[in-house]
Amino acid sequence: MIADNPRVGFFSRLAQPGYFLDWSRHMILPLAALCAVFFALGLWFAFFNSPADYQMGNTVRIMYIHVPNAWLSQFAYGVMVVASIGSLVWRHPLADVAAKTAAPLGATFTAIMLITGAIWGRPTWGTYWVWDGRLTSSLVHLFIYLGIIALWRAFDDPVRAARPIAIITLVGAINIPIIKFSVDWWNVLPQPASVIRAGGPTMPAAILTPLLVMFGAYTLLFLVLHLAAMRTELARRRITALQARTARSQAGTPA
Amino acid sequence: MSWLDPNWGFIASAYAAGLSLTLAAIFFTVRDARKQKKRLGALEAAGIRRRSKET
Repeated sequence: MIADNPRVGFFSRLAQPGYFLDWSRHMILPLAALCAVFFALGLWFAFFNSPADYQMGNTVRIMYIHVPNAWLSQFAYGVMVVASIGSLVWRHPLADVAAKTAAPLGATFTAIMLITGAIWGRPTWGTYWVWDGRLTSSLVHLFIYLGIIALWRAFDDPVRAARPIAIITLVGAINIPIIKFSVDWWNVLPQPASVIRAGGPTMPAAILTPLLVMFGAYTLLFLVLHLAAMRTELARRRITALQARTARSQAGTPA
Repeated sequence: MSWLDPNWGFIASAYAAGLSLTLAAIFFTVRDARKQKKRLGALEAAGIRRRSKET
C-alpha cells in the first residue's frame, strides 16, 4: 500500500486516490464554511464598507467580483497545467482527474469575468465590448476551456484521453502570458496591473481589502468545488469499472 | 455611499450575473456528486448481493 509505505513522500501519499478520498472528505465542509464566511465578509465590504472611486464612482464595486474571477480564471488554468505535467511526466492517477475537473470551473470563472467586465465597461468606457488585446485574449481563454471540456467529453476512456488533452492544455498555456501582458504590449482599454506588480499595489487599503477578501472567497470556492468534483470523477470512474466488470462476468469472461 | 447613483443598475446586474453563475457552479457540482454517489452505492450493493448469491 502506498499509504503505508514510509518511502513514499508526503505529497505522493496525499495524492494516492484512496488516501485522497479519505482526507478530502474531511476537508470539504470546513473549507465550505470558511468560504461562506469570506463571501459574507467580502460582500459586506463591497457594498457597505468601501469608498467610491474618485473617477469611477460606485462602479468600482464591480471590481470586487470581476477581478477575483479574472485571477481564478488563470489560476484554474495553472492547476490544469501542473496537473497535465503530472499526467504526462509521472502518469499520476489523480493528475488527469484534477485537470479534467478544473476545466469547467475555470470556464465558469472566465465567463463571470467576461460578463461582469462587459457590464463594468459600459459606464466606465461607454461600451460593453471592444476587440482589443486583453478582451480578445480573455475570450480566446474561454474558448480554450470550452475546447478542452468538449475534448474530455469526446473520449469514452478518460485514461486514454489524458495524454493528448494534457499536451493541448500545455499548448493553450501560451495564452496566459498574452492575457497578463496584453495591457503592457498593446493599447487596450483595461488599465495596467495595479495589484500584482513590481513595487506593490497602487490602490488604497480601503479598496484593496474587499478585493483581497473576495479573492480569498473565490479561491476557497475553487478549492471546495475542485475537491468535490475530483471525488465525483473518481466515483464516476469506479462506476464505469464496476459496470465493465459486471458485463464481463455476465458474458462469462474472466474479470 | 450614495444610493442614488445612476450606475446602480450596472452594479446590480454585474453582481446578479456573477453570483448566479457562481451559485449555478455550486448547484451542478453538488447535484453531480450526489447523483454519482447514489449510482455507485446502488452498483456496489448490487455487486455484494450478486456475490453473496453466487457463494
